[in-house]
Amino acid sequence: MRAGQLPRWADYGLMPAINVVAAFLVSGLVVLLIGENPVEAVRILVWGALGWNEGIGFTLFYATNFIFTGLAVAVAFHAGLFNIGGEGQAYLGGLGVALACLALDRFVPWWVTLPVAVAGAAAAGALWALVPAYLQAKRGSHVVITTIMFNFIAASLMVYLLVNVMAKTGSMQPETRTFEAGGRLPLLQTILPGVDFGSAPVNLSFVLALLSCLLVWVLIWRTRLGYEIRTFGASPGAAVYAGISPVRITIVTMLISGGLAGMMAINEIMGSQHRLLIEFVSGYGFVGIAVALMGRAHPVGIILAAILFGILYQGGAELAFEMPAITRDMIVVIQGLVILFAGALEHMFRPLLLRLFGILAAPASKPA
Amino acid sequence: MFETLILILDSTVRLATPLLLAALAGLYSERSGVFDIGLEGKMLGAAFAAGAAAAVTGSAWAGLAAGILVAIALALVHGFACITHRGNQIVSGVAINFLAIGLTALLGQDWFRQGGRTPPLSGDGRFTNIQLPFAEALRDVPVIGGLYSELLSGHNLLVYVAFLAVPVTWWVLFRTRFGLRLRAVGENPAAVDTAGISVTWLRYRAVICTGILCGIAGTYLSVAQSAGFIKDMTAGKGFIALAALIFAKWKPVPVMFACLLFGFLDAAAIRLQGQEIPGIGEVPVQAIQALPYILTVVLLAGFIGRAVPPKAGGVAYVKERT
Repeated sequence: MRAGQLPRWADYGLMPAINVVAAFLVSGLVVLLIGENPVEAVRILVWGALGWNEGIGFTLFYATNFIFTGLAVAVAFHAGLFNIGGEGQAYLGGLGVALACLALDRFVPWWVTLPVAVAGAAAAGALWALVPAYLQAKRGSHVVITTIMFNFIAASLMVYLLVNVMAKTGSMQPETRTFEAGGRLPLLQTILPGVDFGSAPVNLSFVLALLSCLLVWVLIWRTRLGYEIRTFGASPGAAVYAGISPVRITIVTMLISGGLAGMMAINEIMGSQHRLLIEFVSGYGFVGIAVALMGRAHPVGIILAAILFGILYQGGAELAFEMPAITRDMIVVIQGLVILFAGALEHMFRPLLLRLFGILAAPASKPA
Repeated sequence: MFETLILILDSTVRLATPLLLAALAGLYSERSGVFDIGLEGKMLGAAFAAGAAAAVTGSAWAGLAAGILVAIALALVHGFACITHRGNQIVSGVAINFLAIGLTALLGQDWFRQGGRTPPLSGDGRFTNIQLPFAEALRDVPVIGGLYSELLSGHNLLVYVAFLAVPVTWWVLFRTRFGLRLRAVGENPAAVDTAGISVTWLRYRAVICTGILCGIAGTYLSVAQSAGFIKDMTAGKGFIALAALIFAKWKPVPVMFACLLFGFLDAAAIRLQGQEIPGIGEVPVQAIQALPYILTVVLLAGFIGRAVPPKAGGVAYVKERT
């Protein structure tokens, strides 16, 4: 350990923990400002999310969405790219899932539809990331700006498609027809004997999400491509000298990232809603940023962060019910604070910690 | 036909105003090397503060003051994260957008209990439309009369402030010492530092300017254009403003034209809803709504000119130490 450096466990464990705690303390202040008891609020929130079977089911259902969008942001992070377009890519992913389900659901069982739907979701999401990726790689247009623009273009495109092209006949609702059994994923409780999640829609996608985490881990830390991605992210200059093509890495990484974001739609469309509808992404793509930051772009961290946000989403719904003054918007505030403290202000406590560690280490390293 | 055109142009001006204020706000920050995708959040926060303050005090001016204060506060959070702690500017902007969406809805419901709205404003609580002199007298003069009395006259104060802010911003940025330094700090902060000028303080002043203009933009939405704050009322305007800023290549006068263009598209989309255009058929509204974003992407791709951002944009300045 050199001077001016923290031990690894402090860097990867303690600092993020302190940042998240700071975010939650400020959230507590907001609750106080509204005139409610923060401790009581936390109790209701945690009980609502983890205290009963259905609560746990919903927590895991939300966590599934966040794992996918979190992985999407994280993979891009490793290449030094900021994919802020998860929202639009997931929206388009929904189109891929819906097309697969609408085409197949009446003819084949769900396990035949699933691979096609996964391919559709990933391809649609990746395709929506391709243009920003190409523009970043070839023309140097900032990927953050183009992905933001593509979020809005996706929203317009999907509204147009759902209203004018895909809406079921004779309905004013901007949504497709409901999928038959061949387009529905089984719930987790029907697969696992002895598990009861009540009416919570947690489904096979959760397993798919965990599998994706494993694959991303293998990709990033155990393959040649992953090594190139990390090298390019750490130092684009060095990567070029090592013979790594920036164009290729940028495009490939963004395609993987977009594909992962698109996969979120499997959970939401094929696992729960069973139809394509307007604005089903509702901010999950953006939460992925918070999840990736909190999870330090590592799959294990992302699972933990996604479950934490799942708890917030499910517990927040219960909280809004028990304490009407604290609406579900509180969750958005907490998200904002987590992104602020764990992301933008991640180094705020570093000097303080460095000094603390300096004091602690000083007597030990004193020469005899 | 002429009447219709005047009407569309008139609503173009109204719709372009918040975009113009927000885009000029972004201009200060980004020209000083601090990227800001939190324009949306600052506008939303200001709109809520202005709506709330105007509802409680009954004065539009109190609303304006509150809006500007809140936007400056959010801008300072951005500055604290990005300038002082050298955090990622994009991440910080995202955080500010989330904070604004969440806090305005949460506090709005807690304070007023109207589903996130602020109470409707009337009378002195709003900025009302101003009739320019001779507007009535000139109304019947062909062409010029229509243009003057319909298009130029009859807007509220903040509309004129927005369009006045264009030459003012140009003058500040290109004709004052502060402006020269601000632009320099966005291109080459090390040079500015070498000249003995504080990069930190300059950038903080730039984000404060951003806060002021975002505050006016938000106030315009809730206190001038509408009669009160509605949940999530910015609805992406901050991002269209950002697009306009890029589209105009970070220059004040082109920013105005870009905002007018995007405002015109918005006005046309409202006007064309469900109408057939001879020869083309019905244009889907969504296509027109997406056009500002598509145009910006095309511009960024370098097919119509080249948008080169300030060189030091997005990078925190680290003072060299020995």
